Amino acid sequence: MIVAERKPMGEIIEMVQDCKKILVLACRGCVTVCSAGGEREAEILSSLIRLGMKKAGKSIEVATASLVRQCDREYIDEIDQFKDDGYDAIVSTACGVGVNFISNLRKDTMVYPALNTTFFGGSAKQGEWTEQCAGCGDCVLHLTGGLCPVARCAKSLMNGPCGGSVDGTCEIHSDVECVWQSIHDRLGSFDKSAQMEVIAPIRDWSSSGHGGPRKVVREDLTV
Amino acid sequence: MSFDPAITLFSCHYTSQQSCAEGGKELEQLGFPAGIDLVRVPCTGKLQVTTLLKAFEDGADGVYVVGCPEDGCHNVKGSARAAKRVAAVRDALEELGVEGERVQMYHLPRGLHPEFVAKGKEMDSRIRGLGPSPF
Ligand code: SF4
Repeated sequence: MIVAERKPMGEIIEMVQDCKKILVLACRGCVTVCSAGGEREAEILSSLIRLGMKKAGKSIEVATASLVRQCDREYIDEIDQFKDDGYDAIVSTACGVGVNFISNLRKDTMVYPALNTTFFGGSAKQGEWTEQCAGCGDCVLHLTGGLCPVARCAKSLMNGPCGGSVDGTCEIHSDVECVWQSIHDRLGSFDKSAQMEVIAPIRDWSSSGHGGPRKVVREDLTV
Repeated sequence: MSFDPAITLFSCHYTSQQSCAEGGKELEQLGFPAGIDLVRVPCTGKLQVTTLLKAFEDGADGVYVVGCPEDGCHNVKGSARAAKRVAAVRDALEELGVEGERVQMYHLPRGLHPEFVAKGKEMDSRIRGLGPSPF
């Protein structure tokens, strides 16, 4: 899922300081699962905005609503139901995709981000999320035992480990596993250590966003 | 500045069960601060962050939660969950530039023990020291 975290309240209060009426809009997709921007978090944020504005001597009306997702046109269209409510802005608790989508599709609607969108990750332990995939557009997981060197090696090395790997730990921090050690161990456990002898060629990173914003078109699905 | 703080207390049914004895008169006789508004909940684990924030929105100068001892909660982890939510509210208050001590969690034995009254007095004097809510 896309993992995100709420922005500091000071930053959010600053965004809405001139607003009289706002809509805090939750997303029931990834950010609900990572407890950053679902309905519950939107209610908390609404309350904090009211309190923060009151402390600053300002009054604000804050309503809360949610969309199934904020990354599809059909759901963004549901925003029109709030058109006559006179909101000065939407504060979206979706990831950056949601904020962009509202901006793209609703020219007259000011939208502010309530979250910092951080990474594609998973949760192996309640309350903890870790980065697992960088969305690089040219997956190498079939060569690396299913463990991603792009997202999980601090240097995104394609032929690791580097000289800083010590006892399975990355040189950047003792809390960080050296994913290249894990890749070696895992391939070894499947009797595929020989794969580590193959030197990965210099990589073309254009699929990773270095070639500009990316787009996927599926002709079989377009109408 | 001297003022009479408005404090909201959320207490689990088990910890506060005797607080209702004789229509609350017993608490009053023991010197429980009059400005504390006691809200009894089946389990403090049911309390949401929004419930605590709402109390501040409704004008409380301080908010506190009294639940079972951490290792002896009637609902196993209820009071531990409440403590986490209190901590989240404290962090949020501090983010807004407000004293985090305005919200507290206490783990107390069940029934009306002297600690129940003592913590009420402690909270009352803490909030008197901090002054009115900036909200
Ligand atoms: S120690 Fe391992 S994870 Fe860290 S930068 Fe080197 S190869 Fe990558």
